[in-house]
Amino acid sequence: MTVLRADLSLLWRQIRSQNRTFWRTPVAAFFTLALPVFFLALFSVLFGGSEVADGYRFAQFFAPAMAVFAACSATFSNLAIGTAFARDQGILKRVRGTPLPPWVYMAGRIGSGVWIAVISVVAMFVVGWSLFGFVMLWDNVGVALSVFVLGMATFSALGLSVCAVVRTADTVPAVTNAVFLPMAFISGIFIPLEDAPAWLVVLGDIFPLKHFAEPFGASFNPFHTGPVLGWENLATMGGWLVLGMVLTTRFFNWDPRGSR
Amino acid sequence: MSAAITVTNLQKTYGEVRALDGVSFTVAEGEVLALLGPNGAGKTTAVEILEGYRRADEGDIEVLGFHPATGGRGFRDRIGIVLQETGVEEVLCVREALELYGMAYSRQRPVDELISLVGLEEKGDSRIKTLSGGQRRRLDLALGLAGDPDLVFLDEPTTGFDPAARRKSWELVEGLTDLGKTILLTTHYLDEAQHLADRIVVLAEGRIVAEGTPESLGSAQVVTTVRFSVSDTADLPAIGDGSEIAENRVTYRSTDPTADLYTLTRWATDRGVELAGLEVTRPSLEDIYLDIMEEADRAGDRE
Repeated sequence: MTVLRADLSLLWRQIRSQNRTFWRTPVAAFFTLALPVFFLALFSVLFGGSEVADGYRFAQFFAPAMAVFAACSATFSNLAIGTAFARDQGILKRVRGTPLPPWVYMAGRIGSGVWIAVISVVAMFVVGWSLFGFVMLWDNVGVALSVFVLGMATFSALGLSVCAVVRTADTVPAVTNAVFLPMAFISGIFIPLEDAPAWLVVLGDIFPLKHFAEPFGASFNPFHTGPVLGWENLATMGGWLVLGMVLTTRFFNWDPRGSR
Repeated sequence: MSAAITVTNLQKTYGEVRALDGVSFTVAEGEVLALLGPNGAGKTTAVEILEGYRRADEGDIEVLGFHPATGGRGFRDRIGIVLQETGVEEVLCVREALELYGMAYSRQRPVDELISLVGLEEKGDSRIKTLSGGQRRRLDLALGLAGDPDLVFLDEPTTGFDPAARRKSWELVEGLTDLGKTILLTTHYLDEAQHLADRIVVLAEGRIVAEGTPESLGSAQVVTTVRFSVSDTADLPAIGDGSEIAENRVTYRSTDPTADLYTLTRWATDRGVELAGLEVTRPSLEDIYLDIMEEADRAGDRE
């Protein structure tokens, strides 16, 4: 028990150190936080000058979408790219040579990613509320929170699995973005999929992002009828979570040589 | 003294390549052992097995009473690893990195002590990316010592250093031995092994080809070289292991230079021959090392 207590204290310090590293790496902070805020502002100005319906403005629907986008970027993209670079520089190898338990290091990275995701979500809501007329609806906050927890687990596992499967550090950012940006588009993050062809909708259904974004957005959508969260959302995200965990545990390598 | 490291018949093969082929040695507590050899000799493989990064195909290994591959946390708590080119978060300050990488050890050395041990007092609050190459390596050393280890692995500690930085780095390592640490050092510089190590193990192509103290290695097979030029090489005396002649320049290799020189000079004075540019050279340790390597090469070819 005392060992676990001591390990949790190590984890806490590891998370804080990862956070520190994140904030001191401007490019990571920019893509994770500043870019979604910029999108939120841009799209809200372009489309959201007047009310969309019933006193609600564009940001009511777009702020949650950008929150999901930023949260996934903070976990999926950051874990994949950050861990791959750390491995390439031999940081993981150094860690492995110390008595720090490997799970504490990995949990530290994940914990830091999730913490930054939480900050991003709060930032989107605050910017949306203060500048673009987003109204916080509290009825479904519990559901949104549950979806968020599952989404974070899924996208953390998937981020690490990219780093596990792709061994070349230079390739990881390309693969990550090539996966993440198209996935965002086919998941209705930027543009609603109402007029999209059926095959595109089906394609979006296969990937987990839509199943994160839709129930999360629905939780703050005053016009949504019926249940916010569906079983297919849980099942799809859960499936990808398991896949990510399997790939990561099966293929993850701490050695930089494996990546050259 | 008990052994900090005992290795018996270490074997490791990568595909077709035998990286280690029956390597055995021991390192006593408090001893500095240098694994010396050219690139590709198997030094790094051997050390990475002892550090727990790799598994041997075969062989008995005991490091500080642990098997490195299964020793886990308890084992890592007592060793310090200083590798070449292992990264560290460059956006952290020196002090923050030492705190971070030291936090999991049960016996932590105070950060200020570590900083002054490697002479980075001026840089404690600087970001790591602002350090010079030499300062970076000193930080690496400090990181390896963060858990006050009993055994320190130093992987080619001065490769790529200028002479002044090398001296400084040697002084640091000597400071460690004063602290009673056991050190396993790899290097491909003979003078470094000679300077720092109590004992040297020479590796070539995955095998130990020589072993001993720096002094005993130096005297093992001393062959003195005698060189001179004569106008007529027809009637030279038979001394040493025979002569090599190239355009009137004669080279003898002698294991008994006192007697051989006497024979030679008597021969010359008897005939009134001038030994032009006479030169008697004792081999440097470098030459001995090269001889050992050549010998290992030939042995390899015979198989």
